[in-house]
Amino acid sequence: MTKIKDFIGRYQLSHLLILAVILLVVMPLAMDIFRLNLVGKYLTYAFVALGLVLCWGYGGILSLGQGVFFGLGGYCMAMFLKLEASSPEHTAIQSTPGIPDFMDWNQLTALPWFWEPFHSFGFTLLAVVLVPALFAFIIGVAMFKRRVSGVYFAIITQAIAAILTILIIGQQGYTGGVNGITDLRTLNGWDIRTDSAKYILYFINAFLLIGCLIAARYIIKSKLGRLLVAMREREDRVRFSGYDVSSFKIFIYCVAAVFSAIGGAMFTLQVGFMSPSFVGIVPSIEMVIFCAVGGRLSILGAVYGTLLVNWAKTSFSESFPELWLFAMGALFIGVVMAFPNGLAGLYQTYVEPRLQRFRKPAPVASQSQVVSLEAGKTATTTNSADKEYSHAGNQ
Amino acid sequence: MHSKSKPFNGSVRRRFLQNLLAIPAAVMLANASLPAYADSANSTGLAVTDKTVKVGILHSVTGTMAISETGSVQAEKLAIEQINAMGGVLGRKIEFIQEDGASDWPTFAEKSKKLLINDKVAAVFGCWTSASRKAVLPIFEQYNGMLYYPTFYEGLEQSPNVIYTGQEATQQILAGIDWVVKEKGAKSFFLLGSDYIWPRTSNKIARKHIDKLGLKVSGEEYYPLGHTQFNSVINKIKLKKPDVIFASVVGGSNVAFYKQLKAAGIDMTKEKPLVLTISVTEDEILGIGGENIEGAYASMKYFQSLTNDNNKNFVKAFKERWGKDIVIGDVTQAAYLGPWLWKAAVEKAGSFDIDKVRAASPGIELKTAPEGYVRVHENHHLWSKTRIGNAQADGQYKIVYETKDLIEPDPFPAGYK
Amino acid sequence: MFADYTMTELTSIFAMQGFAGLILFSVFVLMALGLAIIFGQMGVINMAHGEFMILGAYVTYLTSTLFAEYLPSIYGSYFFIAMIFAFIVTAALGALVEWAIIRHLYKRPLDTLLATWGLSLILQQLYRSVFGAREVGVTLPDWLMGSYALNDSIEIPINGLFVMGLTIVITVGVALMMQKSRLGKQTRAVVQNRPMAAAVGINTEKVDRMTFALGCGIAGIAGSAFTMIGSTGPTSGQLYIVDTFLVVVFGGASSLIGTVASAFTISQAQSTMEFFLSGSTAKVLTLLTVVGILMLRPQGLFSLKIRR
Repeated sequence: MTKIKDFIGRYQLSHLLILAVILLVVMPLAMDIFRLNLVGKYLTYAFVALGLVLCWGYGGILSLGQGVFFGLGGYCMAMFLKLEASSPEHTAIQSTPGIPDFMDWNQLTALPWFWEPFHSFGFTLLAVVLVPALFAFIIGVAMFKRRVSGVYFAIITQAIAAILTILIIGQQGYTGGVNGITDLRTLNGWDIRTDSAKYILYFINAFLLIGCLIAARYIIKSKLGRLLVAMREREDRVRFSGYDVSSFKIFIYCVAAVFSAIGGAMFTLQVGFMSPSFVGIVPSIEMVIFCAVGGRLSILGAVYGTLLVNWAKTSFSESFPELWLFAMGALFIGVVMAFPNGLAGLYQTYVEPRLQRFRKPAPVASQSQVVSLEAGKTATTTNSADKEYSHAGNQ
Repeated sequence: MHSKSKPFNGSVRRRFLQNLLAIPAAVMLANASLPAYADSANSTGLAVTDKTVKVGILHSVTGTMAISETGSVQAEKLAIEQINAMGGVLGRKIEFIQEDGASDWPTFAEKSKKLLINDKVAAVFGCWTSASRKAVLPIFEQYNGMLYYPTFYEGLEQSPNVIYTGQEATQQILAGIDWVVKEKGAKSFFLLGSDYIWPRTSNKIARKHIDKLGLKVSGEEYYPLGHTQFNSVINKIKLKKPDVIFASVVGGSNVAFYKQLKAAGIDMTKEKPLVLTISVTEDEILGIGGENIEGAYASMKYFQSLTNDNNKNFVKAFKERWGKDIVIGDVTQAAYLGPWLWKAAVEKAGSFDIDKVRAASPGIELKTAPEGYVRVHENHHLWSKTRIGNAQADGQYKIVYETKDLIEPDPFPAGYK
Repeated sequence: MFADYTMTELTSIFAMQGFAGLILFSVFVLMALGLAIIFGQMGVINMAHGEFMILGAYVTYLTSTLFAEYLPSIYGSYFFIAMIFAFIVTAALGALVEWAIIRHLYKRPLDTLLATWGLSLILQQLYRSVFGAREVGVTLPDWLMGSYALNDSIEIPINGLFVMGLTIVITVGVALMMQKSRLGKQTRAVVQNRPMAAAVGINTEKVDRMTFALGCGIAGIAGSAFTMIGSTGPTSGQLYIVDTFLVVVFGGASSLIGTVASAFTISQAQSTMEFFLSGSTAKVLTLLTVVGILMLRPQGLFSLKIRR
């Protein structure tokens, strides 16, 4: 137990436990299955926000194309489920039974070769992780080896998101086009649309998220995490110290991509379809905003931020459908201007000092202190960090 | 926007407060306030009381699709108000719950789940794009809801839980092509559309029909949704000199396409080439500008300029309710049919139960439809006439042709099954 | 594919296609100039650029209704006045936004992206509440809408000529201003070395505000001009944002000549490919080429070399 404590950090452990209790006990007890399924859907976005904390908050790499990886993961899962839903018995009315319905509408008469392997569940699970990782690796090698960074990287990833969206929509015979891949029913014979399946999927999702949180925490605490922060602050000095900066960037970018892809696959399972509207620019930016609201330096903040923004979106749009954009816009501007460290920043400034009074002086530094130490600066970490972005952007 | 003041009424604000306080509490309150009447009119626990029945309206009022869907929301609200003024359905006043799909398909899925599971609405009027319908379809089938879908669409679908009040592709396209071939002597066609399923399927149906008639397709092109530069394709059209440009461009691209077509010196009133569109209703002309599309032909089932008495009353009521400058397009009219068809089916069934309403639906007639007379087919689509309109500079269509008989809906045309 | 056509037809089509490319080029330059100033010079990632353009378009719409109502006699010339109005209104809003939001964020350029994204949501909803969710049709004076027939088959769209002329005027104007005028020199000084510029007595805050307002104003003029070729609705602005950023980045963000050169390259590539391939494929290939070149040459076509 001590080992785990050291590993995660004392307060981090307690915070993680609180989150785990909220996700695994409080939410399932307090909500009906409809609301819980909604929360489950939001939590899949939290995977993306978590990846962004790593690569943006710690690594200083802002990607505006994380939707690409969310989408790739989701599409891999959707292809498997769609093949299962398109068994020859279910699709008997088609001119070519046994292929997905949208292919039949587009006069395809055989399953395209790249769909074939998705008959296998094992391959699908591997693909969910490996396809986005490979894609991220290619982008990462191409960009970071050539020292593309800051704003340039952000805009190129945005263009990649646009390209992939147009491709998916244009190749509708192979991808389902703008409708996406819909009407998914069973996973290895298990009906994913029933209430009990939704409960189970929610718990799988929550456990996976907690697993990813622990992995992220491990990365941050490791030497790699310190190097990332160092690179964010002064990339050239790290390079002069003999480190290969680009490999670390590629690695963290791939990790973020894999997290997003897991989120995407869980999204497909819980919502029952996947469409190109998650690949595009708008969702990608929204996910950056979830991360910013939660606090870009806080892995737990990413989860809370995602939940808060989405809950606000749902309740605003239920109550004031014609006004909710005003509220959302104001929220973004407000967070960026008044709380640059998001919810986590608020917590560290106002709540934590009060809690500290009730506790013994802690031997292990709390998260804010760790971050500050690592960055070699005090509470103004983000400001100074962003100064560096501007350098990077203008190179 | 007359509906602007709507969100501030008391019940909505209360609902917001509930949400703020605690979602679970709100859910329990909502469920508690809906006593389930297990009588014959409602044996499945829908939100029906002795005095009221709840229905849902699910369209995008924000995002890119709000441009198109606003008219449908207005039509559905008008129909509900008129039905209530006549005494409601089975003696119950209709109350509607409006949700915003925000032009985002998962949001449509989420909101339709809310309407069906939490609000237990007896019917939903909504969706516009095929993508939003595909997103909600499994939910309507799983939770057994009833969706009235107003848009003309590509067909290839027939769900027991959807009544399609717009035309499917063959109804809209075949009559239009037959007309230009017969009346205008068209020999060659250039097919142009936005890049998604409806234009692609429509063009496939069109191409098959053109081939069958022994005529020529001289080009087929697709541009991404939202594309605004059409000069290159216009040059291509000039090179190929087709008799007819068959256009299914949608949304903001429409405006760009017709403005650039006109600026490139193609005068549509000269009909060389003739423009036949299946996507530009009076709503879209508002954005394009009548002078920029004057002379184009459109093939659809309804135009605001129809002169029958039903339509005169409908246009008058619509303008009184939503402002005198408003225009009414094909989809708006189809959306208006939704609540009326539902009312007729409920009254025929004597019950709000979804299964009974579904069983009662085929054969339902509506003699008061603004487009004339419609009847629900066994395949849940409508028998309807197709008309050809000629766009005028004032933004209206002059009707130049109308099919003699109602056209049978055929969502799975031969070769597409 | 050309076997069926005569030489004259082919010549005229290629002439027309070249002209289409030039129009696309002008459109790109107009879109990107304002952003080149805001993003390239100031480093602010203005995601609301498209919304500023649409504000210009709405101002044009209002002006046209105003003229149709009160001054029908000089309706033909309303477009010029509308463009001036569009510039003033968007520049004023730009100055306001700079004062309220942007000036607090100069040290955090990536945060300007988030804040301006929020701003774009607010502006979209504002347009929707004020002008309705439907697109508005901007009526153009007749002389703008025709085409000029050079011979039987070559027809030059007049609004295309107009956009090209406008682009030349504005580009030259901005270039002159940046090189010669007091504001331009001060802007460049502030961009290159802020503390030093402040030390020699330049009011950097004022320069920032004027520069941002200028960039927004140019976006307004662009939006006004685009009523001739595109749609005017609450969300139309989003259609332009990716292309605009790519043009600016591809050109090398801090160089105005780069922006023009990149607009030329991208527009010619896109319009050529659109002619030989289908629309969607052409778009994907263009974007892929741009991204590919950017990976090889991340600083863009032209980059300012400054020691930091």
